[in-house]
Amino acid sequence: MPVTVRLGSPFRRQTNGQETLECAASNLPQLFLELESRFPGLTKNLCNERGEPRPFLNVYVNDEDIRFLGGTGYNFSDGDEVLLIPSIAGGSR
Amino acid sequence: MGKLLGLSCRECGRLAPVEGTSYCEECFAPLEPAYDYEAVRAEVSRELWASRPADIWRYRELLPLLGPPEAALPVGFTPLLPARKLGRVLGHRVLFIKNDAVNYPTLSFKDRVVAVALNKAIELGYDTIACSSTGNLANSVAAQAAFAGLKAVVFVPAELEEAKLVNTRIYGATLVRVDGNYDAVNRLCTQIAQEQRWAFVNVNLRPYYAEGSKTVGYEIAEQLGWRLPDAVVVPMAGGSLIGRVHKAFGELGKLGLVEPRPVKIFGAQASGCAPIVRAVQAGREQIVPEKPNTIARSLAIGNPADGLFAARVIRDSGGWGAHVSDQEIIEGIRLLASCEGVFTETAGGVTVASFRRLLEEGRIQPDETTVLCITGNGLKTIDAVCGVGGEEFLIAPKLAEFKRVVLGATRFQQPVAFAEAAPIVSGGR
Repeated sequence: MPVTVRLGSPFRRQTNGQETLECAASNLPQLFLELESRFPGLTKNLCNERGEPRPFLNVYVNDEDIRFLGGTGYNFSDGDEVLLIPSIAGGSR
Repeated sequence: MGKLLGLSCRECGRLAPVEGTSYCEECFAPLEPAYDYEAVRAEVSRELWASRPADIWRYRELLPLLGPPEAALPVGFTPLLPARKLGRVLGHRVLFIKNDAVNYPTLSFKDRVVAVALNKAIELGYDTIACSSTGNLANSVAAQAAFAGLKAVVFVPAELEEAKLVNTRIYGATLVRVDGNYDAVNRLCTQIAQEQRWAFVNVNLRPYYAEGSKTVGYEIAEQLGWRLPDAVVVPMAGGSLIGRVHKAFGELGKLGLVEPRPVKIFGAQASGCAPIVRAVQAGREQIVPEKPNTIARSLAIGNPADGLFAARVIRDSGGWGAHVSDQEIIEGIRLLASCEGVFTETAGGVTVASFRRLLEEGRIQPDETTVLCITGNGLKTIDAVCGVGGEEFLIAPKLAEFKRVVLGATRFQQPVAFAEAAPIVSGGR
């Protein structure tokens, strides 16, 4: 059940510039765990120990805010595109 | 000028250089300008500021520019009006209206934030200025970009009041209508800002943009005779203005320009989109996003960028929040217009109606000096109030008919009726 994860440019500093990746996580806390295993240190400021996103991170699934879909309780579907961006981000390029 | 030290993280305090970015590279929280307040204190005085032209640039030592503004339009210094009749009608004794409905150049408080962000964009070498907007910001970006000779690209929800679309196109801006609500527009702009080297005033230039809002607070204090009010009521969309008004009052106190004192900060939203007020009322430390459904489209932001900070400011100041129905909003617009001759847009109706609610709930006391921030002009949202107002006649051009129809009307013979407030209708939208 792969989902595509798209990382906002602020996070790519810790992913060696990698913007998208495929991931088999079935929900958001699992996705954070998988991100952390691939890019150690990345999720320190993205989520808390329960896998809940920090206040300044916005998570979208297929362009819908994940909080409207059930948040951490939402189960990803095959082919979902998950976007992670700081709540107001951009620039510094 | 040149009192800006850098951008400091609002959560971890890390200092970042002055550039077109809005988040902390360490913890991804928002950034805000940091100033050398000792240097400011050594330079500014009430007399110095008062001796300058009456616009926002008189407070330039506390704005995040490194040099004099290149495109220095006479923005701000809008009237602070004593609202005696509105106060009498609602049962309050020391009420003022800060009237940004007549701000220059586009009749909303957004002229302040755009003026600062646009000049910052010029300093940082951008040639294109952009924004995501519910309308007023779009108008101001388009107009001020025209004046400054920058290219403007404006993103708005497709379903917006026609007046706000007309007021954007006319300046020659590129208008992108997005099939979605503001939060979708904002998400898209956040993504675009990571790809294009454009100055999105409320995305990558947000730290500078937000500082423009402080000038409302400086002006209120100066216009009250260099003193702070007991309370202010501020409408909330993204939640930025309310925090900056509070910050402005604090800065003036810290610099010895006013007697420092606590000011209670009250936030106003429409019931159809009140994520910040609901967080305040529930004592929650997080914002639960909403799908907006209200006539107050300029406040229809369901996922407010500064919501968390706004809720903290309200709570820490001893203030509170109120949200009001569409019907109360319309009555608020009518009351302000008929009592004070100020025609505000739906957001202003939210502010007046929320003030009324807060007064009735005893959150604001009748003898507390209170300022209502009116942030936009009624000519931009006329659809909301079509048919609302005084009585109206259609007659043939005959004297006899004038006497019979107009003078004969019962209501016309009664004393001026401005002072009647329709009862509050609770619940619903």
